[in-house]
Amino acid sequence: MSEIITKTAAELADLLAAGETTSVEVTQAHLDRIAAVDGDAASGVHAFLHVDAEGALAQAAESDARRAAGEARHLLDGVPIAVKDVLATQGLPTTCGSKILEGWVPPYDATVVGKIKAAGLPILGKTNMDEFAMGSSTEHSAYGPTRNPWDQTRIPGGSGGGSAAAVAAFEAPLALGTDTGGSIRQPGAVTGTVGVKPTYGGVSRYGLVALANSLDQVGPVTRTVLDSALLHELIGGHDPLDSTSVDTPVGGFVEAARKGAAGDLSGLRVGVIKELAGDGWQPGVMQRFAETVDLLKELGAEVTEVSCPTFVHAMATYYLILPAECSSNLAKFDAMRYGLRVVPEGDPSAEAVMKATRDAGFGDEVKRRIMIGTYALSSGYYDAYYGQAQKVRTLISRDFAAAFEDVDVLVSPTSPTTAFPLGDKLDDPLAMYLQDLATIPANLAGVPGISVPAGLADEDGLPVGFQVLAPALADDRLYRVGAAVEAALTSRWGGPILAKAPTLEGPR
Amino acid sequence: MSQLTRDEVAHLADLARIDLDDAELDHLAPQLNVILEAVASISGVAGDDVPPTSHPIPLTNVFREDVVRPSLSAEQALSGAPEVEEQRFRVPRILGDEQ
Repeated sequence: MSEIITKTAAELADLLAAGETTSVEVTQAHLDRIAAVDGDAASGVHAFLHVDAEGALAQAAESDARRAAGEARHLLDGVPIAVKDVLATQGLPTTCGSKILEGWVPPYDATVVGKIKAAGLPILGKTNMDEFAMGSSTEHSAYGPTRNPWDQTRIPGGSGGGSAAAVAAFEAPLALGTDTGGSIRQPGAVTGTVGVKPTYGGVSRYGLVALANSLDQVGPVTRTVLDSALLHELIGGHDPLDSTSVDTPVGGFVEAARKGAAGDLSGLRVGVIKELAGDGWQPGVMQRFAETVDLLKELGAEVTEVSCPTFVHAMATYYLILPAECSSNLAKFDAMRYGLRVVPEGDPSAEAVMKATRDAGFGDEVKRRIMIGTYALSSGYYDAYYGQAQKVRTLISRDFAAAFEDVDVLVSPTSPTTAFPLGDKLDDPLAMYLQDLATIPANLAGVPGISVPAGLADEDGLPVGFQVLAPALADDRLYRVGAAVEAALTSRWGGPILAKAPTLEGPR
Repeated sequence: MSQLTRDEVAHLADLARIDLDDAELDHLAPQLNVILEAVASISGVAGDDVPPTSHPIPLTNVFREDVVRPSLSAEQALSGAPEVEEQRFRVPRILGDEQ
């Protein structure tokens, strides 16, 4: 394994600025790594659905020319990145992990993609995901699952398993993800990486193929807290093309991460969420979590237990609101303007074509959620299901508001378990949904969250994630606390957690 | 709340414009019932006095000046179309047999 791919994005930025490496060299090293370990649907990590070697190297050469002329556009100019396949990329396929969009090449860039291109980050390729971001294991991808670099018989989390596995396997130093109910944070937890869901509206959703508009948020997927802060500052900010974009200046994340890494959390009030523990929570996960809470105390934080009583209803609320929104959003896949068209025999009507196409193009989980949403929105059931869920959503936001009157941040394990074996929960949707128990409340209330590695569970030696949640627009607190935890644990372990991951063999 | 029958699931699939065959109905119908049973647990959690939340942040309408801005060309807009004719999306017949 080339040494350059083990560098963090911040280290690569320094090396590029000092002229000690070139973007072409860095980009090629990552492309070589992808060629060696990524494999395909049958074997290997399979983090990528599409690799753009030629495009990435061309962008890298342009970056090197800019650096040579003293015209670097951004600190991260020349540092390569992977992009989740749910973000529109002009000239690169965007499938959302679905057969219905196989081969679709968007005619425009998502705002976040435009920003990373403008800053000069070469795009290595598009990463695998559960179909239309519906899932917690990346097994619902129509193109085959991604495998966890820690154990290739296990799930990498989802829906953004591809982005998380790509950074965990050193195939990319940075990646973009999206988080609707935990799709950045839970993959981060189970792959020993860092993932951030920004405040709702903090990062533009323009060009993000919507799963659930009121829940979706784009965010950074990285190996370190500082790298997430750097990427977050780059992609964040107001976008007139997104009507839910928050018109408030974004920033201070890098500064907060550097301050946190110094290790002083005195004066910080931390709340441990009482409801996110108990039956179904793996002992090894709870043990690493409790140790990390103790660590916060050692760093000077004042820790109390807080109750968010409505959180126990968050999963049911989410699995009504999300299907309702997605059944409406996915109505646009109608076989008329783009994507798959399946034409039954004879002289079928547009409606018959639509039905045949959606049957052939959507996988089981997408069909389940569309039908649940259709049911929850139908007259006679609307008040009992969707209407009630919207009210409980208010109560969950109130729980957060009450908690944040007494504490600065809330903490919990990111996911109730470590990575489970591929196939374990594929036909048991409810068991799969339980993976997101701890991450969902933040999406419902629009508050930001981060997952940072907390160590390995004793029973299986697999990564555990520590989640920090902050009030809306206080994303800087995630970076302060996340960086403090990361710095203290890394020094305790004698190195980053990924140094303990098994060496990856190339695909068979 | 009541269980969905197989016919009701078939009706939902019809409303959602998904052409499920018998095997898919057999496979998916029981799973939908398990999900619905779980989400029905929120019934009665919030009283009538609780206002609904549709978005996590307050939304205001967004306006811009009424001026022409760059947009997709016709070729770009049609670039992903399954069928194109005379610079338009070509679609199957939209009227049913009875119209």
